[in-house]
Amino acid sequence: MNKNILICGVGGQGTVLASKIIAASAMDEGSAVHSAETIGMAQRGGSVTSHVRIGEAYSPLIPGGTADMILAFEPAEAVRNLSYLKKDGIVIVNSVPVKPVTESLMNTGYDGTEMVAYLKNKCSCVVIDAKKICEPFGSSRYFNIAILGVAAGTGRLGISKETILAEIEKRVPQKFIETNKAAFYAGYEEGKKYEA
Amino acid sequence: MGNGAIALGALAAGVNLVAGYPGTPSSEILETISKYPHDGVHIEWSVNEKAAMEVAAAAAYSGARAMVTMKQVGLNVAADPLMSLAYVGVKGGMVIVSADDPGPISSQTEQDTRRFADFCRIPVFDPSSPEEAFSMIKDAFEYSEKYNTPVLFRPTTRVCHAYASVETPEYAGPKEYEGFVKDSKKWVIFPRLSFANHAMIEKRNVEMGKDLSGYCGNTVEGGNSKKAVITSGISYAYTKEYLKDYPDIKLIKLATAYPFPEELVLSALDGVDEVICIEELSPFIEEQVLKLAGKHHLQLKVSGKLDGKVQPSGELSADKAAVILSDFLGTQCANSGYNLSDAPALPIRPPVLCAGCPHRASFYAVKQAMKGRKAYFCGDIGCYTLGNAMPLDMVDTCLCMGAGITMAQGFHWTDSDGVCFGFVGDSTFFASGMTGVANAVYNNADMVLCVLDNSTTAMTGHQPHPGIGRNLMGQIVDKVDIAKVLEGIGVKKVVTVNPLNLDASVNAVRECADIHGVKAVIFKSPCIAISKPTAKCTISDKCVQCKKCIREIGCPALIISNGKVTIDSGLCTGCGLCSQICPVNAIGGGADE
Repeated sequence: MNKNILICGVGGQGTVLASKIIAASAMDEGSAVHSAETIGMAQRGGSVTSHVRIGEAYSPLIPGGTADMILAFEPAEAVRNLSYLKKDGIVIVNSVPVKPVTESLMNTGYDGTEMVAYLKNKCSCVVIDAKKICEPFGSSRYFNIAILGVAAGTGRLGISKETILAEIEKRVPQKFIETNKAAFYAGYEEGKKYEA
Repeated sequence: MGNGAIALGALAAGVNLVAGYPGTPSSEILETISKYPHDGVHIEWSVNEKAAMEVAAAAAYSGARAMVTMKQVGLNVAADPLMSLAYVGVKGGMVIVSADDPGPISSQTEQDTRRFADFCRIPVFDPSSPEEAFSMIKDAFEYSEKYNTPVLFRPTTRVCHAYASVETPEYAGPKEYEGFVKDSKKWVIFPRLSFANHAMIEKRNVEMGKDLSGYCGNTVEGGNSKKAVITSGISYAYTKEYLKDYPDIKLIKLATAYPFPEELVLSALDGVDEVICIEELSPFIEEQVLKLAGKHHLQLKVSGKLDGKVQPSGELSADKAAVILSDFLGTQCANSGYNLSDAPALPIRPPVLCAGCPHRASFYAVKQAMKGRKAYFCGDIGCYTLGNAMPLDMVDTCLCMGAGITMAQGFHWTDSDGVCFGFVGDSTFFASGMTGVANAVYNNADMVLCVLDNSTTAMTGHQPHPGIGRNLMGQIVDKVDIAKVLEGIGVKKVVTVNPLNLDASVNAVRECADIHGVKAVIFKSPCIAISKPTAKCTISDKCVQCKKCIREIGCPALIISNGKVTIDSGLCTGCGLCSQICPVNAIGGGADE
């Protein structure tokens, strides 16, 4: 199986854990995996991306127009990285925006709706409201796991949900495992609705 | 991670000592070693790269295997010992990892460590993937011992931060070593020794170039095409991504750009009319190939950065390599992705200080204290460089580690009317701040030093330093007290304040600004990414929507939601800075309540 998955968002949203779980799960299922992350200066509230390449690959970064799936934790970040998407690829995007400090200062009115509308018009996409899906868990922090559930639910991730759940158990602190699993299932049910 | 592969490669090679100073993209190398079994290996975060280099040099003089880790600008700091060490040589293997940062993504410069190798006349190894980095570290140690020379090892960001699977052997422990054998003719650098060794080194490098022509990392793939590609490091991965569909094109990959494997490249270029050099940073390989073509009168067109076929600066990517290669080969370049020319304008996201970061409060206090006065704000390297962002706008200069302190003195000598501030973080203070303070006291400068002490090296991932009381060996050690250091150097007035107490901080700054000589304010409050405070601030309906809080401090937790100033409880740490600014006392909660 060859798959390119791009994860994007804003520093602090938990994109790195999501990409690590995907990479480790694919490895557990016997695939070769290459991946790359944004680390350092750009992490502080900046745009961040993780590239996960499952199967044969040379470049750790996904070449343009070859991503099978984009997991976007923020609507503008989905648009920013859309050039990576294959024509028949899919975007799973959180509709809740992260407003940069510059936006509060200049008040340009950015609220993400324009981005979501653009994506819907442009490509195949699944829009998830992080606040809504994470409401039962008391914090949007669980969105990074919920979105993995959505991705698995669509049947287009190419990794079984059992493998991902096992990796979640390995990587999440003991006392948060059950909530994270519940967040994964909440996402999974949502993703099922879009199963190809 | 590539950095992890380097660490595990060094352990597999039986490394005895590893020293380094944190710097993106190199920091995780030492951290990985500290997390894996490393019994009998001394590991340390040294105070700076020069210290790390010297600690490691002595280990290598003793026959032990030593590794030093740093980012490329760190190599500038360690250049003094390295230059001399290149002349003296080593007994045990010594590998200096200097991670380059094309882009630059998290650095001040786009310098090229391969130039340093040429400058010092020592070899450099250039891995193209985490897998190769793992095995190449061992090779680097072996070449170091075979030729008794320190060797450079230069991964780039995309190798350091890329992940791949690597099979590692069970840890067999560090290598046995003989110990230091006194021989002042060998280990004490004098002009006579340098003269003799310089001649030896130049002769050796010719031999070594021949030797490296047979090195397994230097490879030739493809058929006997008239057009060939030469590349190295991560650029090889990008090139291969395109050339996998053109297997007949001759592809030369160089893992050792210096000493140049002349014989290998010369024979690979036999029958080639045109060659393109695909590399990041400087046109190092391209210049070597041009020299080779001149020396051997080759009928060869050499392309790359020098004729504009490859971009002169910034990092490459698989996409950029595809464009370059399709142009060179006259082949297809099909990017089948979406055309985004109709996309809406995207919000810009410059990196900012975290919500609740004590540095924000420190900068704001200095800004308030200096309102209406002429002042110079000399910044430095660390999270606090982000104090430059609007609306704080509190970094007038940033040059290199430690420069804020000394540049503040320079501004004083050119304008005695301005109040000159030098900002420095706690880790940077130990790395390169102390000599600058001594310089100020000695030369009778007039300045205010602001130490932004958050008790960690935050930007690079929270490494400990001499002020913390804990080292990488896991030992609890005596803390070096910054206030006592400053008093010892002779700083006239040293005040320690909590930056989250705005009034006290503003008063401390004002008081120091009005005294002649060298004064210091230590703003002490822990990094919120470590202390993780759980308090939250809240806004009551007393809020008159004046937005002063947003305009003044630019905290990411202060947002406008449905037209109203709102605190994002997911980000707020309850530092209470905004509540101290609010003119109508509408903000409550936070740590103080």
